[in-house]
Amino acid sequence: MEWETVIGLEVHAQLATRSKIFSGAATAYGAEPNSQACLVDLGYPGVLPVLNEGVVKMAVAFGLATDSTIAPRSVFARKNYFYPDLPKGYQISQYELPIVHDGRIELQFEGGVRKTIGITRAHLEEDAGKSLHEDFQGQSGIDLNRAGTPLLEIVSEPDLRSAREAVAYMKAIHQLVRYLGICDGNMQEGSFRCDANVSVRPVGRHKFGTRAEIKNLNSFRFVERAILFEVERQIDILESGGSVVQETRLYDPDRDETRPMRSKEEANDYRYFPDPDLLPLDIDAALVAEVRAGLPELPWRKRDRFIDEYGLSEYDAVVLSTSRAVADYFESVAAGLDDKKLAANWVMGDLAGALNKAGLDIVDSPLGPSTLLGLLRRIEDQTISGKIAKEVFEAMWSGEGDADAVIESRGLRQIKDTGSVEAVIREVIAANPQQLEQYRSGKDKLFGFFVGQVMKATGGKANPALVNELLKKLLAG
Amino acid sequence: MHGRTLAGIARALRAREFSSEELVSHLLARIERLDGELNSFVTVTGEAAVAAARAADRQLAGGSAPPLAGVPIAHKDIFCTAGVKTTCGSRMLDNFISPYDATVVERLRDAGVIMLGKTNMDEFAMGSSNETSYYGPVRNPWDLTRVPGGSSGGSAAAVAARLVPAATGTDTGGSIRQPAALAGITGIKPTYGRVSRYGMIAFASSLDQAGVLTQTAEDAALLLKAMSGHDPRDSTSVNAPVPDYAAGLGESLEGLKIGVVEEFMDQGLDADNAAAIEAALKVFEALGATVQRISLPNIGLSVPTYYVVAPAECSSNLSRFDGVRFGYRAKAPRDLEDLYKRSRGEGFGAEVKRRIMTGTYVLSAGYYDAYYLKAQRSRQLIAADFRRAFETVDVIVGPTSPTPAFELGAKVDDPVTMYLNDIYTIGVNLAGLPGLSAPCGFINGLPVGLQIVGRAFDEGRILNVAHRYQQETDWHARAPGGAFA
Repeated sequence: MEWETVIGLEVHAQLATRSKIFSGAATAYGAEPNSQACLVDLGYPGVLPVLNEGVVKMAVAFGLATDSTIAPRSVFARKNYFYPDLPKGYQISQYELPIVHDGRIELQFEGGVRKTIGITRAHLEEDAGKSLHEDFQGQSGIDLNRAGTPLLEIVSEPDLRSAREAVAYMKAIHQLVRYLGICDGNMQEGSFRCDANVSVRPVGRHKFGTRAEIKNLNSFRFVERAILFEVERQIDILESGGSVVQETRLYDPDRDETRPMRSKEEANDYRYFPDPDLLPLDIDAALVAEVRAGLPELPWRKRDRFIDEYGLSEYDAVVLSTSRAVADYFESVAAGLDDKKLAANWVMGDLAGALNKAGLDIVDSPLGPSTLLGLLRRIEDQTISGKIAKEVFEAMWSGEGDADAVIESRGLRQIKDTGSVEAVIREVIAANPQQLEQYRSGKDKLFGFFVGQVMKATGGKANPALVNELLKKLLAG
Repeated sequence: MHGRTLAGIARALRAREFSSEELVSHLLARIERLDGELNSFVTVTGEAAVAAARAADRQLAGGSAPPLAGVPIAHKDIFCTAGVKTTCGSRMLDNFISPYDATVVERLRDAGVIMLGKTNMDEFAMGSSNETSYYGPVRNPWDLTRVPGGSSGGSAAAVAARLVPAATGTDTGGSIRQPAALAGITGIKPTYGRVSRYGMIAFASSLDQAGVLTQTAEDAALLLKAMSGHDPRDSTSVNAPVPDYAAGLGESLEGLKIGVVEEFMDQGLDADNAAAIEAALKVFEALGATVQRISLPNIGLSVPTYYVVAPAECSSNLSRFDGVRFGYRAKAPRDLEDLYKRSRGEGFGAEVKRRIMTGTYVLSAGYYDAYYLKAQRSRQLIAADFRRAFETVDVIVGPTSPTPAFELGAKVDDPVTMYLNDIYTIGVNLAGLPGLSAPCGFINGLPVGLQIVGRAFDEGRILNVAHRYQQETDWHARAPGGAFA
């Protein structure tokens, strides 16, 4: 039987505020356990939550960027359950009335294939703390630094049909929240993670199959692996006559498999009800307009503009609009050049390679856009060749100064005068009579040999076009 | 000294008739001597009070004293007080020393008020007789075999017995007004949002409101002014100016339109109690007010509505008491579940458990719509009834409690009968309105209260109505005799 996979993702994006969603405690990652938890985060008797207004603007920005409806009134609700890392015994979230709903995002695949994925809702909530089960013999430690950290939970429609689509969706959301500056996207630190609802059904059937929810996937690879495993598992069950159980499962990356969580944790009745400590969240048109005015250019708009304005290929445009920092870098370089493709190639090629090797983000690049531009200008004005430019780039990277300084000190200026190049060519021809004879008797392939010899003799500095032109003439005799 | 009103004390301290230290020492001695029987205090902060009194005396001598400098009061043990045990009347918090002050505590201290101690209360403010306290019942100084009402029973008894001129309280369904009535004193519950709830241990967040228990409306006006106002730490506190309540006292009642709720007067109100209310209405008429009957058609839904909404909220609010970070923790738990079950099972008393279970039930899947949602709707109906009534009248006057103080143990085993004690007060909380109880007579030597309810944020008016009444009558000036004289 042919099976169709149906996936919906719930992405949890930690909002990039300095303080928590309902208290003034800091949200910085990696502090000493429990050093960033105030009385509100600790759920002390008598304390009350006060909404951090920054998170509201961030959620609205996300809603606007995904063509969603911004709810004029949304309501915070309590999700009640007992767990040691949940100090109040309830999590403040949004339930019946989320701040953002009914949106969409377009995914882009190779070959120009596009697909729109529905966003059911995005709601604000606080994160719980962390239970530490190691290092405490027979007991558990609780770190409440994370308790009260603001999250935007983004729920997709079950529109995704493969692990590949799921990953593409997660990447698109990841890119978007970073563009908007509302989430740092750091997956190792748990700032961006997701749960996947996965089911399968026979192709052609309308009704959804029974789904399993796979919790806490914190890398693109895990999302893909977990879904692939889960789909196969469910198909195996169905094809051998069994039925899929609706349950919560965990992905174990070491064994590359999903396993059911203890069923007890699912038996929770969360008893949601509106939080009486917080007023309904009213959002007026003025706030929406303010946020809209401050929205950056969104990745897909940038991509399209790069194609139109700079004549880039779709592939290049996609890569260069991956993040705002890369796009901004590219645009500052491209602005100073006639050949935009040259800028694209260098940013995506040598620069990206060097940054990757050094483990650096583009914002921390030792070579800023104007420095790279200085180098590329020298290619464009033919002071150096593209090949020599690579040497100059490496020298610049290791701190030898800007392009002109390196070209000067290393004597890399391109040889462009006909006389000098012609003299070298004559020497090369004289030194290789055998090859000359073969060439003249029809072995055209040897042209490349002569080019190589000329370049070798000039230390790569000869202008390639000039070399080609003169060599053709002189070899012809 | 102990017979004086709070306003009288403030005046005497300024006139240097006696010092704050003398007064505080005198009251501490009374508490020492009389409270063994009354049990109105859980904690007495004598040393700190004397030190604060000395500081106040220096301020008073220096002429730079805040308005209530050196005036002693007590705080209901539901308000967090930094460095002082804050029990909420529960074993769960018997070991809890709050690391911070409630906004109410902070503001009153800023106004110069001195805390003598923390008063006994029904556990987590759940009760109408002060019999659910882990620290034992409080007795009514008018008759030691009877209850003082609840949940602010300790505050009411202490003020009635003149152990302290005033005390703070909280009112979720009548917990200030009912004990004020049963103890023969004045008590006001302001509009929801008037006073910050920050640092007040939550029972039912959408209903809880702090207020005061005093001898007179004037005293209440002075304290309410000091404790009210917007607090950025409480999102439900309202950002509206606080009038100078005391300055508005004494205004004429000429033309005041008083509404009397026929549903309250007609149904099962004790004849003597009704007579006391009628007599009070005569006083108002003599002062130029007009009295008309009004109807609150849905007011009969108050008690069932309340006993869905309040337990629902409390079941969630009290989840934080899990033995993990503070409060009672069961000995040697086997595992997490055992820690939870025994800490909560041993830390909470029966009434608290009953309400947590009720609340958990009404919020659970499959029952939410039938109970919680329906209760929210009837709450809207009740609020709408009051709004409609206040289109034609300025204040609503009637009984505070169906009976005077009852005997200890009389209703403790019958929760439903106990819950009906709040039949006249609960609707006011559901509608979020300000309500006040003032003494209006005695039945068999036991005080009876008159409830005055106003429009939202119209505390000034109900205080003035009570004040004018107290200028014409002396019920409020009567105090228990015997040992308490």
